[in-house]
Amino acid sequence: MPGDLLEGEKLKPGAGTYVSDGKIFAALLGIKSVKSNYVNIIPLSGRYIPAVGDSVIGKVEDIGPSNWLIEINSPYPAPLHVNEVPWRVEFGDTARYMNVGDVILAKVLMVDETMRVQVTMKDQGLRKLQGGQIIEVSPSKVPRVIGKSGSMIQMIKGYTNCRIFVGQNGRIWLDGEVDSIMHAIKAIQMIEQDAHSHGLTEKVKAYLEQVSGQSAPRTE
Amino acid sequence: MSGMTTDIDLIDDNGIRIDGRKVDELRPLKIEAGVLKRADGSAYVEWGKNKVLAAVYGPRECHPRHMQNPAKAIVQCKYNMLSFSVSDRKRPGPDRRSIEISKIISEALEYVVFTENYPRASIDVYIEVLQANAGTRCAGLTAASVALADAGIPMKDLVPAVAIGKADGQIVLDLNKEEDNYGNADLPIAMIPRTGEVLLMQMDGHMTMEEFDQALEYGKKACQMVYDVQKDALRRRYTVQGGNGDVDDEQSQNNNSEA
Amino acid sequence: MAEPIMSEIKKGHIHKLLSTGKRVDGRALDEYREIKIETNYIESAQGSARVRLGNTDVLVGVKMEVGKPFEDTPDRGVLTTNTELIPLASPTFEAGPPDAGAIELARVIDRGVRESEMIDLQKLCIKHGEEVWINFLDIYVLDYDGNLFDACFLGAIAALRTTIVPAKENDKGEDYPMPLRHLPIQTTVVKIENSILFDPTLDEEKVADARLTVTTDENGDLRAMQKGLTGAFTLDEVKQVIDASLRVSKDLRNLMV
Repeated sequence: MPGDLLEGEKLKPGAGTYVSDGKIFAALLGIKSVKSNYVNIIPLSGRYIPAVGDSVIGKVEDIGPSNWLIEINSPYPAPLHVNEVPWRVEFGDTARYMNVGDVILAKVLMVDETMRVQVTMKDQGLRKLQGGQIIEVSPSKVPRVIGKSGSMIQMIKGYTNCRIFVGQNGRIWLDGEVDSIMHAIKAIQMIEQDAHSHGLTEKVKAYLEQVSGQSAPRTE
Repeated sequence: MSGMTTDIDLIDDNGIRIDGRKVDELRPLKIEAGVLKRADGSAYVEWGKNKVLAAVYGPRECHPRHMQNPAKAIVQCKYNMLSFSVSDRKRPGPDRRSIEISKIISEALEYVVFTENYPRASIDVYIEVLQANAGTRCAGLTAASVALADAGIPMKDLVPAVAIGKADGQIVLDLNKEEDNYGNADLPIAMIPRTGEVLLMQMDGHMTMEEFDQALEYGKKACQMVYDVQKDALRRRYTVQGGNGDVDDEQSQNNNSEA
Repeated sequence: MAEPIMSEIKKGHIHKLLSTGKRVDGRALDEYREIKIETNYIESAQGSARVRLGNTDVLVGVKMEVGKPFEDTPDRGVLTTNTELIPLASPTFEAGPPDAGAIELARVIDRGVRESEMIDLQKLCIKHGEEVWINFLDIYVLDYDGNLFDACFLGAIAALRTTIVPAKENDKGEDYPMPLRHLPIQTTVVKIENSILFDPTLDEEKVADARLTVTTDENGDLRAMQKGLTGAFTLDEVKQVIDASLRVSKDLRNLMV
C-alpha cells in the first residue's frame, strides 16, 4: 500500500516504488514482487498508461484530413497518421477508410516525455475489427486474463471456439457463436473478479467444461 | 467557531462528553473502498453520524485545455454537500465554504500524488457529503485518499485527517456537532503519520499555546488510528475473494496470436 | 449528459442479440435488474431512500419546511423536485447547474408523483393562504448505469412513504406521517430497432432509438407518460408498452409494501 516500507537486503527500487531518506516505499496499492534485486509493486488497479510496442484496441473518436484520433482507454488520445495505416489514403479521404465508432487493433508507435502518443496499424495482424463483441477489464488484470505464456486465454479459446484478442489497454475483442461469446465473457469476468485467488484456473476450467460440454479444450 | 452559547454541559464532571466519549476518543469510524462501479476509485466513510462518498476519475484528459500542465497532472477536488445532509436544506451547488474546502483538500492531495507521472492529465476527486455532523472536511479528505489508492494512482502515502477542538474549556478530539456549534475552538488537521508532515491545517476559535500543543498530541495519535482504518479498508477490498496477495510472479506475455 | 461514442462493435452485438430476443446481460426483455431499496438512510432528512437498480445507484431525500402556498392553490402544500447528476456518478456528468437531461428527469419524476395525487397536498396546509408545508424532493445520482428514470422514481416514492412531517420542531403540533393517497409506479422502456425492452442499461440506452416512460396507479389507470429520444413508436407499440407496464409494475409495487 502507498507508504509501506519495503524492507530487504540490497533491494533496489523498481516500478511502483519511491525512495525517501534512503529507504524504499510503495507508491501503489499492489503486490510486492522482487526480481533480480529490484523490488516492484504490481498494481491491482489503475488506468492504462501507454508504452511503446503495446498492442491495444482503440476506437476512432474523431477524423482529420490526414489522421484519425484514436481513443485507447488511457488519459491520452492517440493520433493515427495516414502514413501509419495499411492503405494508401489521399489527403482528406480519411473517412472513406475508417469512421467514428470503428474499432481497430493497433500498436503504440511512440510515447514522448509529455505523454504524446502515436499509434500505428502497420504491423502484422493489425487491422480494423468487425463483428463480435468488445468488453473492458481493468488493465491491471490483463496479465491474468492472458495467463502464464498465454495459457489462460488459450484455454478459453479452446473451450469456446472464439477468436479473442486481448489489448494491453484492457479491451478484449471476441468473435464466434453468440452463446460462445457469452460464455467466454463470463469466464473472463470470473478471472477479473478472482484475479488473485488460488485455484483460479481450475475454477474457470470447470465453468468452461460445464457450459461447453467438452472435457478438454479443442486444440488447433 | 460559531460562538453560540448554550446551557448544555458539553463535558460532565467525570470528563465524559455528551455522546459518551472521553476527551481523547474518536467517534466510530468505518471505511469501505471500491463502492462505486463507474468511478476509477472510490471510498465510503461513516464517521460518527457523518456519511461521505469520494470518487476518483483519472488520470484523464484535462479540460479545459488551458488548465493543462505539460510537466505534471493537476489534482482537482470538488467537495459538495447534498441538500438534505444538514438540518436546514442547503441549496444545491457550490458556495464559498465548499469552494474553500475543495481548494485546501486539492492542495493536500496534490502533495502526495506523483503528479509528474501524468503530464497534461487531470486527476479529479469528488467528495459528496451525504449526511453531515461536524468534521466533514476531515472525513472527506480521509475518504479521498483511500479512493486515490483504490484508483491505482501512485502516491507517497495515505492522508488521514481529524479535527481537534475545545469544548467547555477542555481540549477534545474529533468534535461532534454540538461541540462544533457551542465549543470554543476547532482545529482540523491532516498529517502523514510516518513523516509527521502536516498537509491540511485550519484553526478558528481561541487556544493557548499549551492547549495547541495538547491538541497536536491528540491529533497525531488520532491520525495514526485513522490511517490504520484506511489501510484496513484497502486490504479488505482486495482480499475479499481469498488470495492473500502472495501470488507467484506471472508476467504479462504479449500473447495475442489469434486462434 | 453526452456519453462517449459507442463502438460499432458493441452496437452490432446488442442488435445481433436482440434479433434473437436476447440481451447482453442475459435478461428477458421485460425483466428488471436486481433492485435494492434502503429507506431512512439519511437522518438529517425527513424521509430518504437509497435505491440500487443493478449498478445504477441513487439517493433521494425529502426535506420539509414551513412556507407560503402558491396564490392559486392557497390550501395545498408545495412539491419541488430536483435532480442532481453529480460528477461523482459518471465521467460524463459535469459540475454546475442541471442541464436539459437532468431537468427532463426531474420533471418526469415530479409529474409522476404530482399527477398520481400520491401526496394529499391538502393535508399539508397549515393555515389557508398563509402557511403550508413545502416539500423538497432532492434526487442525487451516485452511480450511473442506465435507467435513471425508474431508479429515481422508485427512490422518490420510497422516500416519500417513509417521510415524517416535522411538525413538532416547527411548533405545528405533533409529527405525523406524510399524508399519502396513491402508490404510483413508473416503468421505462427503450426501443432498439424492432425490440422493446424494459430497464435499459447504459449501453442499451446509448443505442436506443426511442424511450417511453409510463406511470400507472394501483387501479391500473394512467397517470403520466413521457416519450423521449429521436425515434418513434407506433400506436400499437404504445399500447403494448402500456399493457406490459401494468404487468411489470405489479412486481415493482410489491417491493414497496
